Amino acid sequence: MSEYFRRKDLIGLRDLSAGEITHILDVAEQFRGLNTRAIKKVPTLRGKSVVHLFLEPSTRTRTSFDIAAKRLSADTFSISGSASSTTKGETLLDTAKNLAAMHPDIIVVRHKRAGGALKLAGELPETCIINAGDGACEHPTQGLLDLLTIRRALGGFKNRIVTIIGDITHSRVARSDIWGLRTVGAKVRVCGPPTLIPMGLPDDVEVFSSLEAAVRGADVVMALRIQQERIPRGGHFFPTLREYSRLYGLNRDKLRRWARKDLVIMHPGPVNRGVELEPEVADGEWSVILDQVENGVAVRMACMYLVLGGERGAAKEGRA
Amino acid sequence: MKSTVLLGGRVLDPASGFDGVADVLVDGRGRIVEVGPNAGASCDGGWRKEDMTGKWVLPGLVDIHVHLREPGHEYKETVETGSRSAVAGGFTTVACMANTNPVNDTGAVTRFIVEQAKACGLARVLPIAALTKGLRGEHLAEISDMIDEGAVAISDDGMPVMDAHLMRRGLEYSRIFGVPVSVHEEDSCLSHRGCMNEGPTATRLGLPGLPNAAEDVMVARDILLAELTGGHVHVAHISTRGAVELVRDAKRRGLPVTAEAAPHHFRLTEEAVGDYDTNAKMAPPLRMEEDRLAVLEGLADGTIEAIATDHAPHPTQDKEVEFELAANGVVGLETAWGLTMQQVEAGTFSLMDAVRLLTIGPSRLFRLETGTLAAGRPADITVIDPDEKQVVVPEHLFSKSHNTPFGGWTLPTRVERTYFGGKLVYAWDGVRGRVGAEARRQR
Repeated sequence: MSEYFRRKDLIGLRDLSAGEITHILDVAEQFRGLNTRAIKKVPTLRGKSVVHLFLEPSTRTRTSFDIAAKRLSADTFSISGSASSTTKGETLLDTAKNLAAMHPDIIVVRHKRAGGALKLAGELPETCIINAGDGACEHPTQGLLDLLTIRRALGGFKNRIVTIIGDITHSRVARSDIWGLRTVGAKVRVCGPPTLIPMGLPDDVEVFSSLEAAVRGADVVMALRIQQERIPRGGHFFPTLREYSRLYGLNRDKLRRWARKDLVIMHPGPVNRGVELEPEVADGEWSVILDQVENGVAVRMACMYLVLGGERGAAKEGRA
Repeated sequence: MKSTVLLGGRVLDPASGFDGVADVLVDGRGRIVEVGPNAGASCDGGWRKEDMTGKWVLPGLVDIHVHLREPGHEYKETVETGSRSAVAGGFTTVACMANTNPVNDTGAVTRFIVEQAKACGLARVLPIAALTKGLRGEHLAEISDMIDEGAVAISDDGMPVMDAHLMRRGLEYSRIFGVPVSVHEEDSCLSHRGCMNEGPTATRLGLPGLPNAAEDVMVARDILLAELTGGHVHVAHISTRGAVELVRDAKRRGLPVTAEAAPHHFRLTEEAVGDYDTNAKMAPPLRMEEDRLAVLEGLADGTIEAIATDHAPHPTQDKEVEFELAANGVVGLETAWGLTMQQVEAGTFSLMDAVRLLTIGPSRLFRLETGTLAAGRPADITVIDPDEKQVVVPEHLFSKSHNTPFGGWTLPTRVERTYFGGKLVYAWDGVRGRVGAEARRQR
């Protein structure tokens, strides 16, 4: 098990060690301070170029990566799904190879198909690949920012219970969270209609179809959005959003009855208010949803810094 | 309500295995206090004492498959007339299917049925939630909503769910509530235009038949889906030898698969259709003798855990038409006990097993609290006179519809009394049966 993150690419949390994850979180913690300074820019990645290849719509993640790269003084280039040659029939691989021929240092890639980032990482040995979400497989920087937020809220992970509620099957966030949380020693519960719980989860992940049972005793509850766009038509996963919300939506009443007083509520965003979270819960004292977004920038700075070799790869004056 | 003690009857309670002369004590809240030999000796003058000497005292019968037609088809049956028919047949718990109009696919309809049943106060009427919206087999219905209002199971009965993916999801979804999905097993592509069993009778009559395979392939499919999902598949009105064999094998493998059989499927064969008798038309259809024997074997060896009537009232305007156009179904609540007793007399299974198949057997499948005389349970009690007989006169049935193929049959024993929550709701007065307040008046 490696103690430090020394990889060329960040594809997922599933194969990272606890040491690697902790290393990334520690570096992100150092970058966090920068984001509230008056001058938010450091020269760490000066002269490096970062391509944001977003082949699926994204606002939050893309902006977060862009801010992160710019605060590290990297030059950034953005390619979106509709503007790219993929809409002209070019394959993902050809697009990426053409981009790689221009020698960017990092390609941040989001793709609607699972395995997209892994494929690129294998084909482009000279370029660092950071996965910004591949289908329903992984979204490692989201997983890491969730871990950072939990660590800051609870002080650590050992034996803490984190419940993830909703559409686990179609969620890359849930997968990255599950892999990451298990690795750092947290206990993971998933909760939702059995139609949206994938088969073959590791045995130590507890599966609940009762929201009450899943919330009782939990330290953290992460609500997921029902990703209508990712659910195939005719999926028959639940009858209506109304019924889903009745069964799995969190409101003040349920939390008062079932939750620990110091429960932490998270959500990867965007929130469908009134479906998975009552507005008062999303905005309430339990919620760290905006902390997650804030931590996202620091985590992405850390990831870009580390894939380029950390201290070894970055300009000396850019040390975090 | 006054506390009541039923003295000196032969009490049969398959849940505990008890069979012997005993007294049954019922408290003022309508619950069983105690059952035991001479348990009533200590009852003072404050108790209403009813002599049951020579009678059989059973848990109220439980039918997990009836059609009560309300709302929407009140000309066939209502919750009230269906409840009257139930208690006249000894049934105190009935689960009613969702094919009403509007379909029972929302909590509001479920609540309506529950409130109609409460208003007449004759029997425990437990709605079954539609699996899919409008029984159309396209989208899941709001099942949680209906469960919260009192639905006890899920079913699109009458409408086969042809979309295997939807059935898979429905079974997964049912696990949230821990209730069975009761399935009408018929591949509607295979049954095509068939209106009776595909066999010699259909050939003689020139009617389109449907094969056993239409049922068997769906039972096989749903067993595989039960294995995939862990959802409870309950095969409604099982009727073929192939389906019985598939269920037997599935149970042997420990899968969550159960089955019920209807009296007409173990008492009749396709020959009952005779010359276009529409009272012998139902879905699934009456089959061949070897199917009938296979169903009986399944009942005897535990493969089939419940007898359920599929009580399906249709008045003459829906039945006295060309065979192919006639509605499917027969009334069953007032003949099920006697038809089952015929098989006891034939030696197919014991009296205790017969009572089990009509009480705790179905009750366990639907996870109900009735079907036993255990202390603390509702005092739903059926009293049988073993020395009498029942002559089936269709016009005398309490059901609003009289579509029975058993008219003129003489059946062993007779339902003497029915108590629902300790209250007498049916009594035979020596000439005819009386329901509700009428029953109590002539006591």
